[in-house]
Amino acid sequence: MKHQLTLAIGPAIFRIGSAWRAPIDALRRLYASYPRPEEGAIADFTVRLEPAGRGRRWWRPSVRIAGDHMLPEAAPMALRHGLLAAEMGMNLQMALGWRRHLLIHASSVEKDGRALVMAGESGSGKSTLAALLGQRGWRLMGDEFALLDFVTGAIHPFPRLISLKNQAIGVMRAEVGDGGRFGPLMAGTPKGDIAHLVPSPDAVAKMKEAAPPALLLFPRFGLPAEMRPIGEGETFMHLTQASTNYVACGERAFHALHDFVTRVPTVAMDFSSGEEAEAMIADLWREQAR
Amino acid sequence: MSAAALAALLRTPEQAPHLPGEAWNGIVAAARAERLLATLASHLQGVALPEAVGAIFADARRDADRDRQLALWEADRAACALAPLGIPVLLLKGAAYVAAGLGAGAGRMIGDLDILVPRDRLEEAEQALLAAGWEWVKSDPYDDVYYRRWMHELPPLIHRERDRMIDVHHTILPLTARPRPDASALLAERIDLGGGLWVLSPEDRVCHAVAHVLADGDLAGGLRNLWDIKCLISDIEDMDKLYRRAALHGLTAELSRAQRLCDHLFGTGEGALRLADRFFLARLLSTDGWGRDSRPLLGLGFYIRSHLLRMPPLMLARHLWTKWRRGHRPS
Repeated sequence: MKHQLTLAIGPAIFRIGSAWRAPIDALRRLYASYPRPEEGAIADFTVRLEPAGRGRRWWRPSVRIAGDHMLPEAAPMALRHGLLAAEMGMNLQMALGWRRHLLIHASSVEKDGRALVMAGESGSGKSTLAALLGQRGWRLMGDEFALLDFVTGAIHPFPRLISLKNQAIGVMRAEVGDGGRFGPLMAGTPKGDIAHLVPSPDAVAKMKEAAPPALLLFPRFGLPAEMRPIGEGETFMHLTQASTNYVACGERAFHALHDFVTRVPTVAMDFSSGEEAEAMIADLWREQAR
Repeated sequence: MSAAALAALLRTPEQAPHLPGEAWNGIVAAARAERLLATLASHLQGVALPEAVGAIFADARRDADRDRQLALWEADRAACALAPLGIPVLLLKGAAYVAAGLGAGAGRMIGDLDILVPRDRLEEAEQALLAAGWEWVKSDPYDDVYYRRWMHELPPLIHRERDRMIDVHHTILPLTARPRPDASALLAERIDLGGGLWVLSPEDRVCHAVAHVLADGDLAGGLRNLWDIKCLISDIEDMDKLYRRAALHGLTAELSRAQRLCDHLFGTGEGALRLADRFFLARLLSTDGWGRDSRPLLGLGFYIRSHLLRMPPLMLARHLWTKWRRGHRPS
């Protein structure tokens, strides 16, 4: 395609092609600190940002997210949201095509060589919490997917750009001094206002360093502070729902997930502010983390 | 044109160790678009490959293994539903290839389950499948009537628990197509696999694959169908017998063309091509190194051809008018 870029994020390599220059330029800037794949690197996945119809390259330019794996009913996006389209395209390839780890739709951070995994529905605050902890002494491993190793049971990082939505953008702008780490504010996307944040340098430098999971949290933002432990069976069912490739990976996925829920203590945590959550997590980490 | 590079690699796997990374990117994207990635992976087993390609191929082979397992299970479920009525479940296409352990099944991705049942048992089969948990997919009455009156299969059914489709055929081409394959001959020569499952004879397998790609449809994903045919023909012992069989089904011209195309794509490439063959080749190789159709106009041409093959002009006009009024537009 006319404009293209190859990116390595965690264990995966993406080849992104675009009919327009702008999304590739935005990616190039935001992923500048990531190790660059060598010339002629073989990509795991191809992502295409292509005109959503005849003439849509120029007239009311509209992006269709395409590639190796596609959703037939995906709605086209405006070109000014092209960076988001590229990120969604990469996520889609992982969600539908990755087979080398069990993919859990969860954020993860690491401290003392052990991983804290945070799962939950979108809007639960798991992504913002990971971003916040990533600025406060934890290493961010990923805000979208935690990759569970089928053999060792460790969590592998997938530290793509952190996708901040709505109020989380302001929270993180106050937290991160360096404005250069932020992508453009994309207002009025199908997911609301979105801005991307480049993970801190240590998150990028250690993007191939896995860590054994020590605690699983189901955070819920917007409720009075409360914690309750969750049983293995319930956790197992939640995680099969939160995994995009559990069914496709078959028996080894069952065993990996079974090992995970029997080894890792799990807590549901309601919270109403970042400071509150940070303190609760510090307590939990001291008491519960195995 | 990376579909061309893909075909070339299937033809000469020994070139694999010398391919640069950029070529692999195009081949992998084209192979995914053509649903041939696991086929390529199986075909290149034992060849020295770059590590990244080896990992991609290992994933693809796992997916194909899983497709195989699911397809065999669906076949078993269908046999279980139909066996009490004494209706033989004759497997077609992908499920048949893996159930019979054919070369064409190696790495084959399999979607729906396709089976052939005798036309006079069709109604019973339909009732038995509905009772066993399959449900109608389409609710449009025009489509339903159209399928039952003119098609070679029932409207597709989907299993309510397993979410898998079954296509129940009573012959291998629409009743409106010009060639009229002999469905009772297909059934008479069937081969028993045990477990209530049957497959077509080797010759009829080729005839069906040829009819499917060259006498029906718009050749979307046709490269995989041609690969099927190439593998199925390599299982044939007596080519004269195959041609006699094709003549019986009215598919002689289609079989000759399939052989010329296979030879050009996957064989020696020494045989002469007809002028029209070049259009078929251009269509079959239209996927580019990003997995896109690089010749949409040619695709549209074949889409129109597929309708002309399927219906006489007056009937086609009526069909298109009905569909248009219902808001259907070609994609």
